[in-house]
Amino acid sequence: MNKTNPILKMRNITKTFPGVKALSGVNFQLYAGEIHALMGENGAGKSTLIKVLTGVEKLNSGEIFLEDQAILARTPSHAQELGISTVYQEVNLCTNLSVAENIFIGREPMKPGRIDWNTMEKRAEELLGRLNIRIDVTKTLDNYSVAIQQMVAIARALDVSAKVLILDEPTASLDASEVEKLFTVMRQLKQEGLGIIFVTHFLEQVYEVCDRITVLRNGALVGEYITADLPRVQLVAKMIGKDLAELSSCSKLDAADDAGSKEVYIAAHNMQKQGTIYPFDLDINKGEVLGLAGLLGSGRTEVARIIFGIDKPDDGEMLIQGQKKKVAEPIEAMKAGMAFCPENRKSEGIIANLTIRENIILALQAKMGWSKYISRKKQQEFAEKYIKILSISTPSSEQLVKNLSGGNQQKVILGRWLLTNPELLILDEPTRGIDVGTKAEIQKLILELASDGMAVMFISSELDEMLRCCSRMAVMRDKKKIAELAGNEVQESIVMQTIAGVH
Amino acid sequence: MKKLQSNLKYLGLFITIFLFSILFAVGSVMYDGFFSLQVLLNLLIDNAFLIITSIGMTFVLITGGIDLSVGAVVALTCMLSAHLLEKVHMSPFLVIPLMLIMGSLFGFVMGYLIQSFKMQPFIVTLAGMFMARGLCYVISIDTITISDPLYQAISQFRIPLPFDSFISIGVVIALVTLLAALYLANYTKFGRTVYAIGGSEQSALLMGLPVARTKILVYTLSGFCSGLTGIVFSFYMLSGYGLHCIGLEMDAIAAAVIGGTPLTGGIGFMTGTLFGVLIQGVIQTLIMFQGTLSSWWTRIAVAFLLCVFIILQRVILSKKESRKVLTNTAAKAS
Repeated sequence: MNKTNPILKMRNITKTFPGVKALSGVNFQLYAGEIHALMGENGAGKSTLIKVLTGVEKLNSGEIFLEDQAILARTPSHAQELGISTVYQEVNLCTNLSVAENIFIGREPMKPGRIDWNTMEKRAEELLGRLNIRIDVTKTLDNYSVAIQQMVAIARALDVSAKVLILDEPTASLDASEVEKLFTVMRQLKQEGLGIIFVTHFLEQVYEVCDRITVLRNGALVGEYITADLPRVQLVAKMIGKDLAELSSCSKLDAADDAGSKEVYIAAHNMQKQGTIYPFDLDINKGEVLGLAGLLGSGRTEVARIIFGIDKPDDGEMLIQGQKKKVAEPIEAMKAGMAFCPENRKSEGIIANLTIRENIILALQAKMGWSKYISRKKQQEFAEKYIKILSISTPSSEQLVKNLSGGNQQKVILGRWLLTNPELLILDEPTRGIDVGTKAEIQKLILELASDGMAVMFISSELDEMLRCCSRMAVMRDKKKIAELAGNEVQESIVMQTIAGVH
Repeated sequence: MKKLQSNLKYLGLFITIFLFSILFAVGSVMYDGFFSLQVLLNLLIDNAFLIITSIGMTFVLITGGIDLSVGAVVALTCMLSAHLLEKVHMSPFLVIPLMLIMGSLFGFVMGYLIQSFKMQPFIVTLAGMFMARGLCYVISIDTITISDPLYQAISQFRIPLPFDSFISIGVVIALVTLLAALYLANYTKFGRTVYAIGGSEQSALLMGLPVARTKILVYTLSGFCSGLTGIVFSFYMLSGYGLHCIGLEMDAIAAAVIGGTPLTGGIGFMTGTLFGVLIQGVIQTLIMFQGTLSSWWTRIAVAFLLCVFIILQRVILSKKESRKVLTNTAAKAS
């Protein structure tokens, strides 16, 4: 198709949320008849860029051109009218309605005075036939798998005669054969001259279908590349990035290099959960920081959730200090001496409407049992102790947690778990969305805790901070633990090659 | 209808119709004189008003909302029309459209509040209920009997049918409402949007449907139905009284649920609601024919039915889920 003039141009897109610059001066362009991957780790700004384009969020500055016409979508439906359709990861259709209706609702073919169901069903069959899907379109959508639902969503997008189709992580919940089917459809649509933006975390898929790749990091454009010219390792490097200069230096402790005391705290054998994580073995030693490296969706968080008893494994066993133990619930994990700072601070970590004191006391109270009374004076002492240790900046311990900055909220959660005196501290993305200074503080704290003999499991999307903190690293890819690196192997190039799957 | 084929969600509707037939058959076998067209038609005559208000309620329930104000709005309509006819001597040809407008307006205001301020339908319509009920007593604390000649005539009018049977004007209005509702729900954009909102409001928004307008209109429609119910009820009772129709909203919800409309929204059948009302009616008739039981046993029977139907809906839903998991794993295995 026309390769000289892009069908979609985004120029200098800037978007700020209170306190965060989500996008700063990002450029993006899409040609007709290409599949263009939009890549980046969490918080890189991919979804914000999509939201700005489709009218879910208003941009602060910048311009968008569709076929050389300046456009600004006010709402998702306005974007659709302009010719930009989006298919989201969680399918946004109504599963209680029939397949045909899901494709046509809002634009139903009419006979005088009423909806023409027959025409609608016939046209739905034709449209799905174009995508090689043959199903009963009169059945309700909840009779079909997510893969089919996604195809229905694409059919709906096509019927509005889209020029630009955005697929936002469409493959996250599909299996291999379903992904293949989707790719066939995508290639076909590309032939028909559609511009497709493909957002995904899976490297293999990018190299399978995409023509070009745009990489974002921390809300800024890293660059635009032709897929064939960009080796995987370099793509991973560009996504993970290097922020060395920004961070204050805190070198890895010498003690950690000796691999700690070598006393195994937790040994997991053959633990697995179907559809979530393949069988893995993992030892965590006292006094070491074990990193779980890998891209988003590689199974890092899933490992942590299984060890902490949030998800139940289908098979496998766990030894805690040599004793076989079943951890079926988080409270049992806590009683066994574990602590877990979850990835999603706002929804799984803080209780926004409680004070710092109440938030900090929470895990200890749960561990002791709810009937045990902790006197107000004692609570106050605990809270003030951790405000001081972690240097949480707040006027008082009675401040509501929602009024704190992200970094300070994270510290409150850390304080909550440190108060329970854990032997294993699991940290899932503890520094996400936190300013550089606080990041360094938290990293330093992690190292100090390890040198005091605590076992720490550390998950982060930022390779640099992993390299700085971890003495050993387990590398995850595609829901599998693929390697364990220790000592000299814990260095940037090796880790990156292992993540990318190139040896 | 092709659409009816093998869809589990219609199971609830079929069971309701089947159950009604069984109950009617049981009555016919057990009691002399039960099996007649007129007994069947009496079910419609005595419950015409409930059918209308339940249809309005069904629309609201499909969106996932609730309207607690209907009973009170019906009472207010009766009261106000009695007052206007008897005390103000207004023409009934003016009173009837006025009442319909008032009902609609009442619903519109509640819908507007629910949509614009993102308030809970439960609490807004609860306030609406208190408001309407209170207004009844502002008009009068006593019963006002309607002696208007037109109302009297309509009240007594019997439309003859074959086999010596008859129906009232109220039944005709109720059946017309049902037909209109069937058309509205299945053949108009408005109706389909109502279902879409109940399925997922978020999705409906992203699909570019007019969610806000439709939600407000649904409460307006329910208000309109309440106004119409009030008119039919005043034909039936020929009076206005502040205690009329206490708990009618709950009967309407029960009728809809028994008819296969879950409170979770997204699914609902107008025909089901009709049979939901008729089942309540037939139980009442059975107890009347039985003779010794207190009429309150109707409530106990309805309570029992509601439990059964809610459990049934759950079972159907979980069946569906498990079937989906099965097809998914089967696809993976291949």
